[in-house]
Amino acid sequence: MSVTLALVVGGLTSVGVYLITSRSLTRMLLGFALLGHAAVVALLAAGGEAGERPISGDAPVDELSDPLPQAFALTAIVISFGLTLFLLALARRQAQLTGDDLVEDDLEDRRIALETEAEGDDA
Amino acid sequence: MTSLVGLLVVVPMLAAAIGFVAGERQWVRDILTVGSLAGATAIAGILLAYVESEGTVVLRVGDWDPELGIVLVVDLMAALVLLVAMATILVVQLFAIGQRRTAWGADPQLSGPLLLVLTSGVVLAFLTGDLFTLFVAFELILVSSYVLLTHQGRRGQIRSGMTYVAMNLFASTLFLVGLAVVYASTGTVNLALLAERIPELDDPLRWGIGLWFLVVFGTKAAIFPLFSWLPDSYPTAPTTITAVFAGLLTKIGVYVLIRFHVLTGMDDLGPLILTLAALTMVIGVAGALAQDDVKRILSFHIISQIGYMLMGLGLFTLAGIAGAIVFLVHHIPVKTVLFLVGGLIEEREGTSALDKIGGLAQRQPLLAVLFALPALSLAGIPPFSGFVAKLALVDAGIEKVVVPIVVIALANSVLTLVSMVKIWTGVFWGSGDDESATPIRILRPGHRLMVGATAVALVASLAIAASFGPLWDLGERAAADLLDPSAYIEAVVS
Repeated sequence: MSVTLALVVGGLTSVGVYLITSRSLTRMLLGFALLGHAAVVALLAAGGEAGERPISGDAPVDELSDPLPQAFALTAIVISFGLTLFLLALARRQAQLTGDDLVEDDLEDRRIALETEAEGDDA
Repeated sequence: MTSLVGLLVVVPMLAAAIGFVAGERQWVRDILTVGSLAGATAIAGILLAYVESEGTVVLRVGDWDPELGIVLVVDLMAALVLLVAMATILVVQLFAIGQRRTAWGADPQLSGPLLLVLTSGVVLAFLTGDLFTLFVAFELILVSSYVLLTHQGRRGQIRSGMTYVAMNLFASTLFLVGLAVVYASTGTVNLALLAERIPELDDPLRWGIGLWFLVVFGTKAAIFPLFSWLPDSYPTAPTTITAVFAGLLTKIGVYVLIRFHVLTGMDDLGPLILTLAALTMVIGVAGALAQDDVKRILSFHIISQIGYMLMGLGLFTLAGIAGAIVFLVHHIPVKTVLFLVGGLIEEREGTSALDKIGGLAQRQPLLAVLFALPALSLAGIPPFSGFVAKLALVDAGIEKVVVPIVVIALANSVLTLVSMVKIWTGVFWGSGDDESATPIRILRPGHRLMVGATAVALVASLAIAASFGPLWDLGERAAADLLDPSAYIEAVVS
């Protein structure tokens, strides 16, 4: 794997993870898109050095690019495309319900935390 | 035999496609879903019988070389879990048809076909012989589960759906990066070839791959500390959907964890996995004790039970892995029945909060029996399947002299019983609110179907306890095949 590709994967991952930690679903969506790209670049890098076009049959076998990671990458791209659409739909529904696209608190969790705090005050 | 294997994946998928375009014709969808699921169950049964006597069945899709193409492998472990999974989905679908008639259920135009998509993903995840197809299978399962979880668009569902989707999407991305690492270091993603090549890698790389996939599959399996998405999201979905998720989805994570880590010889991770198993058991049951809603209590119990299966894996002995497989087989129907009963309670009383229900044992004795038997089984009381499954695991733990995990597992059983008793006293004993104490006896045909489906699943789980001897033999043989993968490798590669 070349240093450039490694840096690209690292950069995409760090920006992606930073965006995912946001509470806004649209930012998370962008984060997941970037993470997906990082994974795809990593897959392509796993295939080794780039070479001639595979499958078409106009170059000797040992000069070809490895076609398998490319197939993996294509599949992953298609899947992440579908998931991006689903996340968009989810964000839109959340905006319809609450007026924004922020992830809400876990109500049950809040309730139990409040109860424990109240018990702590009594003691 | 190999064509039957292909049918298992293709038939539910085709039926789902027709179901999506069937529009208002509900009967078409019902015939398709029940028909294809019954077919899948029958095929799974035939495959189990065949694999048991003749050995592993391998389907090379498109007749490609296993290093390049997709292979579907039915070994003993796959066939065993597959049969239980297909039968469970079939029962839940019958329950769903009944529930629809009582107007509490999920949108039938979507949920039936989506359940079939999920089914074909489940089949693929159990049978696949390579990691990339496993990734695709996970995505099939997850995408349909995302939609099943959120399609009603209620506020609680969207909120918890976001956590669920975010966690699982992140795990999927990690899976892809892990695939890249595996491919770069071994030049293949085929499990049989990986079983040969990963043990030959340098220790740091091997450890890295093992830990990386422990995180990836652990998120799907909801092990400590990666379980936070589960107890929040499962209770918000309609009963039938929660029942399938609870019975199957996390178990697929465990199944894959067992398969990958045992095949590639990750014995070094044993102590770490055992520690995680203990934490998963304890945290899960502690969470359950703090809840006061039937569905939420049961959701936390999924996590705690995952700990037991993990314990079997962490031992990395024949008895331990056989115990984990048998526990898996016991757990799927039991957990499903409990959630279905939770759904029946919710339907009857309009809520599943413990403090709002009471005295159901008097008004609904049948429901009380349907809950009590699997609850006792979950806690591990003899003579139910939970007892024998847990005994097998504890026995395996003592055999390898890992005392702490055995003590924790036993103590945890008691705590499980305590929280089951909590549901029992909250829901089935006492007098309940005065206004809801008027017995509602509307036995619509739909309701009968729901109770019937639950009863069938319960009988299946009792049958598991009754036929434990042969089941244990199968589990032991399946574990032996995993621990010594030479037969698996030969079946796939040559």
